[in-house]
Amino acid sequence: MNANVICGADSLDKDVYSACGSDMMSDVLAFVKDQAVLLTGLVNSQVIRTAQMMDMQCIVFVRNKIPAEDMITLAKNSGLVLLATPLRMYEACGILYSKGLTGSKCNE
Amino acid sequence: MSETIQFHYDVDGENFTSAGEASVQIKQKLRQLGFTPDIIRRVSIAMYEGEINMVIHAGGGVADVFVDPESIKIILEDHGPGISDISLAMQEGFSTATDTVRSLGFGAGMGLPNMKRYTDSMEIDSELGKGTKITMVVNVPI
Repeated sequence: MNANVICGADSLDKDVYSACGSDMMSDVLAFVKDQAVLLTGLVNSQVIRTAQMMDMQCIVFVRNKIPAEDMITLAKNSGLVLLATPLRMYEACGILYSKGLTGSKCNE
Repeated sequence: MSETIQFHYDVDGENFTSAGEASVQIKQKLRQLGFTPDIIRRVSIAMYEGEINMVIHAGGGVADVFVDPESIKIILEDHGPGISDISLAMQEGFSTATDTVRSLGFGAGMGLPNMKRYTDSMEIDSELGKGTKITMVVNVPI
């Protein structure tokens, strides 16, 4: 995805098996299927909280969105990996899907 | 743990950034108390959606959580505008949230349905102009 690592570089070797892409956090919260990766174009602290609630491991910010410092701190405290990619949501999801991260019930 | 443990939180209605802090704390407490990941996730998501609702619709409120080995009860109470049609509010996709709230990632009309989805029982007691009290229970399988 040509992504930059914002934080959590020491956790990049973890295995993940499912993902979800959405800008609506309640849609993410509606489908608990052990999604480990959240792709989103939304940038506020509730994205981090949603990932915490869902026991996710990684958030990918699409369209070059960069989280604020307080979000990064919140993510570090939760052990979350944050990535930022210049790709749009559709392309980023497509690349991960084609590489085998086939997700679960997932809304975009 | 044999007796009921109670946790109380004030939910700040002025601060969207801090919304969800109480749910994060409950999640940590339940983890310390040794509940299973499934129970912890259900309780924390239901409470989180409730917290967000209190912030975006009601100007904040209070959250009380009663934890015992058989069940976890969450009571959320606010003095907001109340819900005029509860059955309509329970429909997935129905929302009265503003565009501003939607731009923050909420207001998709999934909050109350999600709270019901993740709990074993949910009661809504609401009076227009007075406020809303939501009682949710998650049973713990023995």
